Amino acid sequence: MVEFAITAQGLTKSFKDLVAVDDLDLKIKKGELFSLLGPNGAGKTTTIKMLSTLISPTRGDARLLGYDIKEQRESVRRVTNVSPQENAVAPHLSVRENLVLIGGSYGLERSVINRRCEEYMEMMNIADRAKSQAKTLSGGLQRRLSIAMALITDPEILFLDEPTLGLDPEARRELWKLILGLKGEKTILLTTHYLEEADQLSDRLSIMSGGRIIASGTPDEIKAQFEGKKELTLIGRDFPAEFKSALPYEISQVGERLTLSGAKIDVDRVIELIGLHGVSLEGISMKEPSLEDVYLHLIGKEGER
Amino acid sequence: MRFKYLAGRTMKEIYRDPITVILGVLMPVLLLLLFSTLMGDNELDQFSPDNLLPGIVVFSYAFLTMFSALLLAKDKEQSFLTRLRTSPLRPTDYVLAYTLPYIPIAIVQTFLCMAAALLIGVTISLHMLTVFVILIPTMLVSIGLGLVFGVLLTENQVSAAGSFVLVIASLFSGAWMDLRMIGGVFETVGYALPFAHGVDAARAILAGRGIAGSVIDLVWVLGYAVVLFLVGTVSFRRLLRS
Repeated sequence: MVEFAITAQGLTKSFKDLVAVDDLDLKIKKGELFSLLGPNGAGKTTTIKMLSTLISPTRGDARLLGYDIKEQRESVRRVTNVSPQENAVAPHLSVRENLVLIGGSYGLERSVINRRCEEYMEMMNIADRAKSQAKTLSGGLQRRLSIAMALITDPEILFLDEPTLGLDPEARRELWKLILGLKGEKTILLTTHYLEEADQLSDRLSIMSGGRIIASGTPDEIKAQFEGKKELTLIGRDFPAEFKSALPYEISQVGERLTLSGAKIDVDRVIELIGLHGVSLEGISMKEPSLEDVYLHLIGKEGER
Repeated sequence: MRFKYLAGRTMKEIYRDPITVILGVLMPVLLLLLFSTLMGDNELDQFSPDNLLPGIVVFSYAFLTMFSALLLAKDKEQSFLTRLRTSPLRPTDYVLAYTLPYIPIAIVQTFLCMAAALLIGVTISLHMLTVFVILIPTMLVSIGLGLVFGVLLTENQVSAAGSFVLVIASLFSGAWMDLRMIGGVFETVGYALPFAHGVDAARAILAGRGIAGSVIDLVWVLGYAVVLFLVGTVSFRRLLRS
């Protein structure tokens, strides 16, 4: 039987006339890395705030490891921690002092704090900067410190709200590696609006728009649900008119690149036609729909409503 | 005692920012010496060392309002408080952690102003120790005001409000001018606020009128301190729930 770390039914949050999260259902397995993907204002952060007990839902229920977010807030807080969207570190404190501050505020014993400081500074690759003030760290290192601060209480469920927002590509990939290192050890709920990030990191994900979930599944399942166009690009010096008219696809040509688009492209048939018409080919490439295509398609459809 | 970690952090944030310490501690001392030099030959009682000292000390506490409010407003806006809100810290823990660390600064401010006052002619006596104690409620008013501003205002608003408090503490404390002599709105507003009462309480001690001469002023200041800390605690509770 699958054990769920997070379950939510009909979770809703309204701020006056604005419904930030609308009737959200979630089931996240223990040890799973689950992403909420969506544009700004989709309701991702509000969902994390409700699940971490920072704000109360207007309607609906959620349980984290069996604890009710409305009735058992203290218990929920004991088994979770949040790395907020901004770095949320104390700038004049050193890396170690920041970690000690959080451990102490949660009432951990000093010996436990010291042991975990070493453990998580090592894990997040910031041990060599233990004595550096947080304000002197780069954005990427501050983000790693922020995650270490969330880890120091050894939460079973970790909320990472836009963990790589504003980081350069190199720092982002470094952080991905570290987050992947946590996979399996912790249940992680991550929010992001970077499609590649959700694709690379998630076991499963939900796409959110306007406070509602509009698609859920593994990245591959979501891509498979989308019947978008595939593109086959042929590179050659001359494409005879008879060859082009024989192709049962949408065709566009820019210089030496001929692009065929369609929901299904029969590559074997295209190669057969190439041979039949004596086309001299210098290159060929196929583009499958990416998570980005799916995302833009779904978000676009939502926008039309 | 979970608040001690956050209080320690507040302390380090203050002391590792030297400009804060220099502004808050040294500027009042320099002002005291400057006024005393400028008014050296002036025979007005208002500018005698015994009258200048309490005014300058109370004015120096207004810096604490600015410092404490700024740190709290920053923490609030930069999600630092969001992170701490999932911890078991209670509103009173936050209030203590964001106020207690300013007391040592206030003590140093008072001590340095007194030391400087000795240079300009205030005589050492047991009265100085009493003045030290008498000024504690005024110290708490300034810190409490910072707490309330920090919880209720944004970082930008705090900068404006902090400057406003500095001006108010300067004009309406009677530090540089006798409010009763000016009378009218100045006197009414000045004595409706706590600063002039703080200054008068300390002046009464230095003038040898004893605690009895300060009681009414002390009640005013203590009243303000209690109300400000109550409002600060209630506001913090609401902030943590919002």
